[in-house]
Amino acid sequence: MKIQFKINGQAQTVDVDGKTPLLWVIRDLLGLKGTKFGCGKAACGACTIHVDGNAIRSCSYAVKFAEGKEITTIEGLSDGDNLHPVQQAWKEEIVPQCGYCQPGFMMATAAMIEKIPNPTDEDIDNNIINICRCGTYTRMRKAIHRAAEIKNNNA
Amino acid sequence: MSQAENNNEKTKKSFSRRKFLVRASIGAGVLVGLPIIGINPLRRSLFENLESMLPEYAITDPATTWFEVTADNKIFFHSPKVEMGQGAFTGLAQIAAEELEVDIEKINMLHATTAGRPIDPRSTGGSDSISALFAPLRELAAGLREMIKNNAAEILGVSAASLKLANGVISANGKSITYGEVVQQANKWEAPKEVRVKARKDFKVIGKPIPRVDLMPKILGEPIFSIDQELPGMLYAMVIRPPKIDTQYKIADASKAELMPGIVKVVKEKDFVAVVGKSRPEVEMAIRAVKVDWETNKNWNQEEILEMTKVGKGEDQLIQKQGSKIKEEGLIEFEYTTPAGAHAQLEPNGSVAHVTADKAILYISTQVPGITRKEVAEALGFEEEQVEVQPTYLGGGFGRKLHTPNSVQAALISKAVGKAVHVFYSRKDEFQTQKFRPPSHHVLKAKLNDKGMIDYIEHHVSAGNASFGSPISSKGLEMFMGADLGIWSGGRINYTKIPNIRFYSWHVELPFATTMWRAPGVMANTFAVESFMDELAHAAGKDPLEFRLVHLPDNEKGQRQKAVLKAAAEKAGWGKNLPEGRVLGIATSGELATVIAEVAEVSIENDGYGDYIKVHKVTCAIDAGMIINPDGVKAQVEGGVMMGLSASMYEKIEINDSRVQPTIYGPYRIAMMKDAPKEIEVIIIESGDKPLGVGEPPIGPIGAAIGNAVFSLTGKRLRKLPLAEEFAKVSS
Repeated sequence: MKIQFKINGQAQTVDVDGKTPLLWVIRDLLGLKGTKFGCGKAACGACTIHVDGNAIRSCSYAVKFAEGKEITTIEGLSDGDNLHPVQQAWKEEIVPQCGYCQPGFMMATAAMIEKIPNPTDEDIDNNIINICRCGTYTRMRKAIHRAAEIKNNNA
Repeated sequence: MSQAENNNEKTKKSFSRRKFLVRASIGAGVLVGLPIIGINPLRRSLFENLESMLPEYAITDPATTWFEVTADNKIFFHSPKVEMGQGAFTGLAQIAAEELEVDIEKINMLHATTAGRPIDPRSTGGSDSISALFAPLRELAAGLREMIKNNAAEILGVSAASLKLANGVISANGKSITYGEVVQQANKWEAPKEVRVKARKDFKVIGKPIPRVDLMPKILGEPIFSIDQELPGMLYAMVIRPPKIDTQYKIADASKAELMPGIVKVVKEKDFVAVVGKSRPEVEMAIRAVKVDWETNKNWNQEEILEMTKVGKGEDQLIQKQGSKIKEEGLIEFEYTTPAGAHAQLEPNGSVAHVTADKAILYISTQVPGITRKEVAEALGFEEEQVEVQPTYLGGGFGRKLHTPNSVQAALISKAVGKAVHVFYSRKDEFQTQKFRPPSHHVLKAKLNDKGMIDYIEHHVSAGNASFGSPISSKGLEMFMGADLGIWSGGRINYTKIPNIRFYSWHVELPFATTMWRAPGVMANTFAVESFMDELAHAAGKDPLEFRLVHLPDNEKGQRQKAVLKAAAEKAGWGKNLPEGRVLGIATSGELATVIAEVAEVSIENDGYGDYIKVHKVTCAIDAGMIINPDGVKAQVEGGVMMGLSASMYEKIEINDSRVQPTIYGPYRIAMMKDAPKEIEVIIIESGDKPLGVGEPPIGPIGAAIGNAVFSLTGKRLRKLPLAEEFAKVSS
C-alpha cells in the first residue's frame, strides 16, 4: 500500500506492506541509518523516533499508522548546523561510548523536554527508559538537565 | 589511484621495514625450563608474574602502513585496534599526535582494513589497546616524524636541526612547508637509525582530557556501524538458529517460505539454513514459515548446570601458593555463586558480505579482524589475501565480538546468491545463541589468629570455559597453562601479608558455549573474595577498610592498592555521618597491574511491592599507571561500574528444558536510568611511566561493595548474584 508522511520536514511516499515496522522503512527504504535496531520488541528504545512530536519505538510501529504524520529522526533533530539542545548537551558532557543506543536516548530526551521543560531526576527515571549497555547513565542524566537548561535559555 | 595512495605507494617502497623490540612472549622461555623445574611450579610462577609477561604489541609494518599523509596535509591513522566505545581511537590518536607534533584534529582515525593495513595479531580486548601500543606506536610515529623532517630539510635546503614543527607545518629561516607537501615532493625515505621519542615533560596532547574523537558522528547518528552499511544490489538474510542449547541442525522444509513475498532464496548449507530476501521484514516473516528439524542431544536443566559448576566437580589447578596449607577443622568457610550472564551489547552480531568468484569483502563489527579473515577464507577455500575484512565501529563488544562465525555464514550466503548480503541476528537469536559469561561457584576458607589477623586463606573457583575454546586461544596453550585464565583471573589473593595462601581454579565443560565477558573472571572472583574479606573483617571485629589495609603487602603494588582504598574511602566519607538510612560498602581489586577501589553508598527503599537495594553513589579510585586521557579513563570507569552494577544486581541467564532464559531485554534485566547511581565519582591516581589497562578493572569490586553495604545495613549477607534477587529471597 502507498503511505504518505513527512520525515525530517520532507514529504515522502512509500509503497510497502502496511504492517512493515516503521524502523525498516526509515533505515532501508529511506536510507536514514541513525535510527537503530536493538531488539525488535520495543524493549530497548534504540529505535526511538518522534511521530507528531511523541517518542515512539519504531521497531514496533506499523508504517501504516504513520500515514499523514510528521516523523523526526536523529538526522532531522538539529536545525542545519545548529545542534539541537539535546545534542549540544550530549556534546558538552561527552556522553557516548559505543554510541549505538545514543540516538534513541537523544530522541527520547528531546520529546520529554518538550512536555516537561524542567525535568526532575524522578521525571528522568520515569521517562527515559531505554537501555545503554556501556553504562553512560550518569553522564546522560547530567546532559538531560543541561539540555533542558539550554532549551529554556534559547526560548 | 588517488594522490594519497600514490604518495603512500611511493613512501612504502623505500621505507625500510623496521622491527621494534618485543618482550619475549609467554611461550618461549617457558618450554626450555620445563624438565628442570617441573610444570606446576612453572605454571604458578607464570600465573604470579603474568602482569610483566604480557607482550607489547609488535609493530612489524612500516609507518606508511599505519599512517597516510595526504597532499592537503591531513593524517589518516589506520588503526588495527577497533573502537567499541572504550575510547581506544582517542588515546591512540593522542599518542600519534604527540609524536607527530600535530594537533589532535589533524589525526583522522580509521579502522584498518585487512587489505594492506595493519592487522592486529591478537584482539581488541584485555584492556590493552593503549597499554600494549603505547611504546611501539610512539616509536613508529616518531620515526615518521623524523623522516618527514629529514626530507623537509633537504627540500628547504636547511639543516634538520634548525627546523621547527608546528601542527603539520615545518619552518626554518622564514621558509615553510607542510607535511603533505613534503610527502609529495620527497624522493627518498630512509628510516632513522635511532628514534627518539619525546620526553614526558614536553607532552602537549598526552594527558589532556580531549573529547573523544568519535564524539560528533555518534551525536549526529552517522552510519558508522556494520549494520548501517549498504552495497549495490544488496539483499537481506537471516540465519535460522537453534532454539535450544546442545542442538544441531538436521534438515529444513522451506517450500512455503520460498513462495512468500520478497523472498529470493532459501540457502541450505551443511550446518545451517538461511532465508534471503529483498527486505529484512520480509525475511523475518518468511523464517517463521520454515520448518526445521533440530536434534537436541540432551535435555538440560538449571539444577544440573549448577551441580556441574560446583567446586570439586571438574579438574583443578593450583594457581597461588604461599606458606602451608591448613587442613584443620573449624575454619571459617562460605560459598558464593554467580550466574551465567549475557554480553547483551546493543548492536547485534552480523555483517555485510559480498563474495565474488575470487574475492570477498566483509563489513563487520569484530574484535578480531585477522581471525575473522582467516575463518572466512577457510570456509570459502580462498587465500587469506582474497578476503578483505573492513571492521567498522562496534555497537558494543565486551568479548561477544571475539567470536565471528556469523561472518562465515554471511560469506556462504553471499556466495550462494551471488550478491551482497546484509545478515544480522535477531535479539532472540542474540540471546539464544549467546556465548555467555560462565556461571561460577566459589568456596572460601580462612583462619583468624588471636589478634584478628588472617593466618590462612583458601579460595576455590569453578566455572565453565572463558578464554579456553575462544578464537584467541589454542589447544597447545590450554594444555600448557592447565587453567583457564578467564576463570581464575581476579581470584588471586592480593592480601599477601596473610602468611598462608592457597588458590585453586577448577574447570568444567558445560553443555553451552561460554566465553570472555568484560574482565573475564574478575567480576565473579572479586565478588567472592571481597565479600569474604568483609565477612572476615566482621568476624574479627575490625573495620573493613582497616582490615584490608593491614593485610596488603608493602611492596609497590601493595602501596598502590592501599592508596586507592584510602582515597576512595576518604572521598566517600568512610567513617563519617551519612544521610539517614545510608551506609557504605567497600571493595577493591588489583588484577593485572591496575588497582582500583570502589565504595558504594546504599540504602534499602520500599516501592510498595517490597524492599529493594538502592545505590545512590559510587566513589572509585583507580591507579592505572600513566594517563593518556583523564576523561576517557573516567568514562571507562563510570561505564565499568555501571555494567558491573547491572550484572551484579540484576542479570541472570538460566537453562531450562535446554532453552536459554530469558531471550529479551526486560526479563533479562539490565540496569536502566532509574537503577543508576546519581553520581559515580572517579579519582585518578597517576603513577609510573606507562599506561595500564582501564576498561576491565572497574567491573570487579562493585558487586561486593554493594553486598558489603547491605550487610552493614541489614545484617544480611548476600552470597549469590544477582543481588536484587538474593536480597528479596533473604528478606522474605
